[in-house]
Amino acid sequence: MTIVEFLSTYWPRLLTGTGVTIVQFFLAAFLGVAISLVMGLLKLSPNRMLRGFAISYIEFFRGTSLLVQLFWIFYVLPLFGVSIDKFTAGYVAVGMNIGGYGAELVRGGILSVRKGQWEAALAINLSPAKRMWRIILPQALVNMLPAWGNLMIELLKATALVALISVPDLMFEARQINGSTFLSAQVFGTALVIYYLLARFMITPFMRWLERFMARKLGMV
Amino acid sequence: MTQSFDHPLEITGTPPPMVSFRNVCKAYGSLVVLDNLNLDINAGEMVSIIGPSGSGKTTVLRMLMTLEQINGGVIYVDGKPLTHMPKHGKLVPANQRHLRQRRVDIGMCFQHFNLFPHMTALENCMEGPVQVLGMRKPEARARCEELLEMVGMIDKKDQHPSRLSGGQQQRVAIARALAMRPKVMLFDEVTSALDPEVIGEVTEVIRKLVSEHNLTMLMVTHQMGFARDISDRVCFFYGGKIEEQGPPSQIFGNPERERTQQFLSAVREAI
Repeated sequence: MTIVEFLSTYWPRLLTGTGVTIVQFFLAAFLGVAISLVMGLLKLSPNRMLRGFAISYIEFFRGTSLLVQLFWIFYVLPLFGVSIDKFTAGYVAVGMNIGGYGAELVRGGILSVRKGQWEAALAINLSPAKRMWRIILPQALVNMLPAWGNLMIELLKATALVALISVPDLMFEARQINGSTFLSAQVFGTALVIYYLLARFMITPFMRWLERFMARKLGMV
Repeated sequence: MTQSFDHPLEITGTPPPMVSFRNVCKAYGSLVVLDNLNLDINAGEMVSIIGPSGSGKTTVLRMLMTLEQINGGVIYVDGKPLTHMPKHGKLVPANQRHLRQRRVDIGMCFQHFNLFPHMTALENCMEGPVQVLGMRKPEARARCEELLEMVGMIDKKDQHPSRLSGGQQQRVAIARALAMRPKVMLFDEVTSALDPEVIGEVTEVIRKLVSEHNLTMLMVTHQMGFARDISDRVCFFYGGKIEEQGPPSQIFGNPERERTQQFLSAVREAI
């Protein structure tokens, strides 16, 4: 079977799979960014308990395998009475995992803002929350965006693991098609190309645009 | 180190000094930066601090701005303790809430301006009045535009700091500090990072402040001519202490202490 014949036969399933992958990506990204922000800030907290919580979170989610985390959330949590449907379990696991990495980016971004900015914000007597939210974070964001571009591509690729708890994403459909047709080269080759195209023509241009947009908005060009 | 309970809960007097350092000590580890400093600054007075680097000049301002913690002694502003607060009839180290309440009296300009890069000149000035004092935006804008006019930056009010020269940024920074209506203004080597040809535009603004406003000002500077022109009093710092102080005519014209003479002749040499 040529690749053209293959695609003309199986494109609807690959397309719905790709759609699920994209939805998983966006939900996990949203969750991951939120967790990163919270954990990154907590890790800089003067309160030892809060800092300890953030450190434990980051160590756990960066230090253990995403696949094991995914299985824990989907197969083990129900044993403790917490049942989550597979679609939710998928993006939650990926999002929480990426949040562990993102927290370090947020922390690094905040620490990269020059000390004089903190001092000037204190000198006009801004409250600690406003110092962070209005003065430090906007500048930290600009500094950390390039690293976020990388992490978003990692995130997209990590979503392929949700196929292993039967979320019908691109990888799941590819495995199903392969199982019934044994057209391994065609099906996994196509999947490879689709992941690449999503990263190269969706995520990278968007992040580049966001970097330029933020730099312009903040007058830092 | 002097214990804080030796110090009064409030300084009385008519009027009390605007700023009073009482037995203030500051050390970084074993390095003593301020050694039992006593210094009173009266309302409306312009005091310049000069001295070699490492003599504790900048630390005096940073402690008054509460950017550094005090290790001993008490600082009073307008008669009331800044670094400490009264509790059960004694002074105890201030908590963050007390510091925030008392800090409103003090404004500071920095050597490297430290304007917020993501805000325009006007937004930089409005940030404090709107976010801290809770002013309405039109009211804050009017106040800040007036100040930008005063420092000669009104036509650049919508520019971001990256589009402004060092001298222009420093003038905006002065307007930003003044927008909070502080009782005490601190200038920390505000011309040291500037190109020589733009120093004049900043010193001109400070001269104007001295002549037209009754602000209490404390200035750390390396510009001896400027300090002589505008100060009511000059303090020469050496090794964390005030080695000599007096009116500019005395310090620059007829210094008594040998270290002051050495320092001033070394500075003249450099010019």
